[in-house]
Amino acid sequence: MTWAERWALLVEWAPQLLEGALLTLELVGIAVIVGLFFAIPLGLARASRHWYIRAFPYTYIFFFRGTPLLLQLFLVYYGLSQFEAVRDSMFWPFLREPYWCALIIMTLHTAAYIAEILRGAVQAVPPGEVEAARALGMSRRQALQFIIMPRAIRIGLPAYGNEVILMLKASAVVYTITLMDIMGVVRTINSRTYQFEMFFLVAGLIYLVVTILFTQLFKLVERWLKVEASRKR
Amino acid sequence: MTPPALEVRNLHKRYGDLEVLKGVDLVARDGDVISILGSSGSGKSTLLRCINLLENPHAGQILVAGEEMKLKPSRDGALVATDSKQINRLRARVGFVFQSFNLWPHMSILDNIIEAPRRVLGHSKADAIAAAELFLEKVGIADKRHAFPAQLSGGQQQRAAIARTLAMQPQVILFDEPTSALDPEMVQEVLNVIRALAEEGRTMLLVTHEMGFARHVSNQVVFLHQGQVEEIGTPEEVFDRPGSERCKQFMSSHR
Repeated sequence: MTWAERWALLVEWAPQLLEGALLTLELVGIAVIVGLFFAIPLGLARASRHWYIRAFPYTYIFFFRGTPLLLQLFLVYYGLSQFEAVRDSMFWPFLREPYWCALIIMTLHTAAYIAEILRGAVQAVPPGEVEAARALGMSRRQALQFIIMPRAIRIGLPAYGNEVILMLKASAVVYTITLMDIMGVVRTINSRTYQFEMFFLVAGLIYLVVTILFTQLFKLVERWLKVEASRKR
Repeated sequence: MTPPALEVRNLHKRYGDLEVLKGVDLVARDGDVISILGSSGSGKSTLLRCINLLENPHAGQILVAGEEMKLKPSRDGALVATDSKQINRLRARVGFVFQSFNLWPHMSILDNIIEAPRRVLGHSKADAIAAAELFLEKVGIADKRHAFPAQLSGGQQQRAAIARTLAMQPQVILFDEPTSALDPEMVQEVLNVIRALAEEGRTMLLVTHEMGFARHVSNQVVFLHQGQVEEIGTPEEVFDRPGSERCKQFMSSHR
């Protein structure tokens, strides 16, 4: 196959590839943002002094970190439909859609990791800075809201950025439940064109470009939050 | 008679089996500057940290302007606040300056100073900033208001931390070895600020190793030894005519 032919193939399939990339971006983007909101109470509860508050997030995180994303995906997509109660419930219109299954599981999965990042960040806030807040008369709540959380966000931000990129790559498993993400589209193209090596390479390039995108985005956020300036010497 | 600004009665504190404070009494009247001296391990810092409940004492009473902190024993035997609202209110009136500054590194110096007046005292941002500018002026770092703590020298950071404490208009300020984490050339600038505060007539408790400074700035000196007040009196009494053998030894080795 000549370069010209390859190029023609690429142009021919470009719209599908773009759609695949957009679906991947959409799934990952929503999962890591909604996951962050779930992770905030989880991570804070995980850092609690009381065991009965720690118990739920501990179990949750244990399950979602301890099993593969692919397995979780299959459990929801193939498993839940076995239960009549689920099929009869108001959630069924969502749970029977692979898109929603993937989105829900990716969100819950990444929330577990983000919660751990958050717990680590909260516990990494120097105790002296919290003491300073309390010594000035701030309540426990105020110290958490005005000092600990803003500080923990800056401490945890690089690890969160890392988690987003890990989720981007982990999202490649959603093609197994028929979603046309980057991997799904490329496999479809391959079965039509038999140009495996070319389109797998193209898939790799798309993932790299999206990674660069995310990296730059996080650089901007770090600059906006003045993470560098707030680093201790 | 107005009650003393700060009073500590029979304060006990232990870490496990180690008794760090064995019944300390202390009274600070308005305008008193009390230096607390003693060798390391004598319980000076612990005493200061117990006063605003950064550490939980095991027995004793703490009174701020005559109001007693409501304390109750916890499961491990230490006294904890019964009424957290009261403790927060009293803490807001007792300033604390840390050895390691403990500025919040993610905020500018100005934001460090206005945070507590806004959140705790409910001051408006404009009022808090106006007040903060004055305190920054007073400690001599007005030009650093928009800098971040990491961009400041240790001495400047400690002065910013003092301004942060002053912004709460405390009745008493506790200084916990405010110059011990500083390079030698920065000690003086911080001591000058503390001296100026003393001359204003502020009530202060000062744990320090700067003997010459303690002598000049304070009207009362307390010598702690093994968790007890071994000697208390005017600087002349404690420095020049110490009664106890321990205090004599300490003074002669710290000239």
